[in-house]
Amino acid sequence: MSETVITAEGLGKSYVIGHQHKESYSTLRDVLTNLPKQLWSRLRNPQYHTHENIEEFWALKDVNFEIKQGDRIGIIGRNGAGKSTLLKILSRITEPTTGRVKINGRVASLLEVGTGFHPELTGRENIFLNGAILGMSRAEVKKKFDEIVDFAEVEKFLDTPVKRYSSGMYVRLAFAVAAHLEPEILVVDEVLAVGDVAFQKKCLEKMGEVAKGGRTVLFVSHNMAAVSALCPMCIYMSQGHVKELGKTNNIILQYLVDFKDTNDVHLSKRVDRRGSGKIRITGLQVLDAMTKKKLDMAISGQDVIFSVDYETFDSSFKKLSDVSVGIQIYTATGTFVTALNSRPSRLLFDELPTEGRIYCLVPRFPLMTGTHYVTLVMHSNNELMDLVEQASKIEVRTGDFYGTGIENVYGRQGVFFQQDWGIELDKLLRFNSRK
Amino acid sequence: MNNQELIIEAGRAERHYWKDIWCYRELFYVLSWRDITVRYKQTVIGVAWALIRPVMTMIVFTVIFGRLAKLPTEGNAPYAIMVYAALLPWQFFASSLSESSNSLITNANLITKVYFPRLIIPASTVVTNLVDFFISFVILLLLMGYYQYPPTMRFLLLPAFLLIAFLTSFGVGLFLTSLNVKYRDFRYVVPFIIQFGFYVSPVGYSSSIIPEKYRLLYSLNPMVGVIDGFRWAILGGKSMIYLPGFLLSLSITIFFLIIGIGFFRKMEKSFADVI
Repeated sequence: MSETVITAEGLGKSYVIGHQHKESYSTLRDVLTNLPKQLWSRLRNPQYHTHENIEEFWALKDVNFEIKQGDRIGIIGRNGAGKSTLLKILSRITEPTTGRVKINGRVASLLEVGTGFHPELTGRENIFLNGAILGMSRAEVKKKFDEIVDFAEVEKFLDTPVKRYSSGMYVRLAFAVAAHLEPEILVVDEVLAVGDVAFQKKCLEKMGEVAKGGRTVLFVSHNMAAVSALCPMCIYMSQGHVKELGKTNNIILQYLVDFKDTNDVHLSKRVDRRGSGKIRITGLQVLDAMTKKKLDMAISGQDVIFSVDYETFDSSFKKLSDVSVGIQIYTATGTFVTALNSRPSRLLFDELPTEGRIYCLVPRFPLMTGTHYVTLVMHSNNELMDLVEQASKIEVRTGDFYGTGIENVYGRQGVFFQQDWGIELDKLLRFNSRK
Repeated sequence: MNNQELIIEAGRAERHYWKDIWCYRELFYVLSWRDITVRYKQTVIGVAWALIRPVMTMIVFTVIFGRLAKLPTEGNAPYAIMVYAALLPWQFFASSLSESSNSLITNANLITKVYFPRLIIPASTVVTNLVDFFISFVILLLLMGYYQYPPTMRFLLLPAFLLIAFLTSFGVGLFLTSLNVKYRDFRYVVPFIIQFGFYVSPVGYSSSIIPEKYRLLYSLNPMVGVIDGFRWAILGGKSMIYLPGFLLSLSITIFFLIIGIGFFRKMEKSFADVI
């Protein structure tokens, strides 16, 4: 029987939200100007409390779980479910308000790749700096130095300041240091969402290796594919509670079912969004391009229109400028399929009214079949205005993509490509150029 | 496998505080090393900067206070050396204060991502400034050579006064650091405190010109004790230390150190949430 390495008992964390200031820190000026006000109200009413516009927000409430040595646990949940707060408590960055955690063994937490990297320092210097920050001793870093450099593939640039690195090199070096930590418990937050695909794969493999060495891994991610590949067990968090703990496959299913329910909540009322919120996406509809009618289900090969509604919540905006909209499509298991975005296609909307609708036409819809989730993003003047993950769901049914009258019944999720076949290459190419 | 058990709960970190600092000493070295390396890499004139500032100030002060205002020096020491002996600890104090009060905010990315005793950050900032101090110190030696003003045996006590200067900077620095995280507009107050302190500390003049009856009141400024100590050790000869004042300054230093650490630790727990 393996021993328990992490026990959380009744863990809770509350933040105080003041309704008056948006910032969590105050300024001396505010304190000084509010002081006479408070004194005055206290004189008039001794029972007066200054807490009237202060609200407690429990980011975590009554969280209990046990993790055994060698477990690889994924933590999933929507934005604001308390995953990051939990990790912060486990890595001792912040203290819990209630309850306690017992941890057996050395914890290394990786909440960000390249924490403390200094742009002026060289790659070599940063390896030592970052290693120390992550809790490695100088001797340990020295021992692993060559391995780290190998993994990151930056030998040639070791003595170049990292500010001259490409972003890919930077991320590789940063992850390489982290990957060579040898703690008994490794806590990882969504750090794999960086770098190119090949490197992401390498990272996942490395993490799997770490886990096989009998170490305990806690892994937070929105990428269901990565979670299910890496972690046999999963914690599902929702609104600060542990909603379920169990086999990853079951939990992911449960999680996706719950998403279906939240999709019934109207997009404009969703609270789990990011961005400044000055402009908000309030609706998404999928229309048939011929009839302009709303579709319950899109069919492959059909001309489809995405229609995105938005509204402005900042009265200082008269006209919106430099607006771009992104529609990211994911499979039900969270694998990224594609992104439609008006920016790379060099379409920026200027002089938009403060409330309206933007359309995107997709001729011959190329998805094969199944349920897809859509994440919506809106930028204006390079500032993130709104981002809603899994904002909507699109059901796709296989159709006659090639217009041949034969339906391609693959029964799998995927994408159709345009295709032509032939036995004479020149003829095939000539045919293609004529088209 | 080490079986060391760690318990995280509200108020728990308190009890292991000093042990933790010891465990994280390596991080302390590395952060100091980072600050030092970056400082001399970033500025083109690098080391020269640590020399130009005190030398220019010394020249200006010697001309204005020594030549024009004709203030007395201490004993038979050249005015330039007397000014420089005070500038050394003052520059150290002033830059430690302004840099450490900002240190937590400039290192916010570390604080929100990794655990370590936060005390390490302002401490390493003060240590970084110690390097500047040593660089400027070379000028003092050159100056004493130029004026043919040999040091006395008291010179050997200089490290003790440097330690006091260090503790003063650290204590006051910690106090301002925590206030700066909590009240973000405090950073506008810090330069004022430094500028104000510059005039109420005997940098450009000798503290012997302060009337006897105000001397004790004057020594409420902890830097008065530090600067007098430096002058006593460096100038030797007729430079005298005003003992009651020195002891008062010293106790103010200790007071700030205790209050600073206490205050910092009290605020420390919420830094990651507030920053």
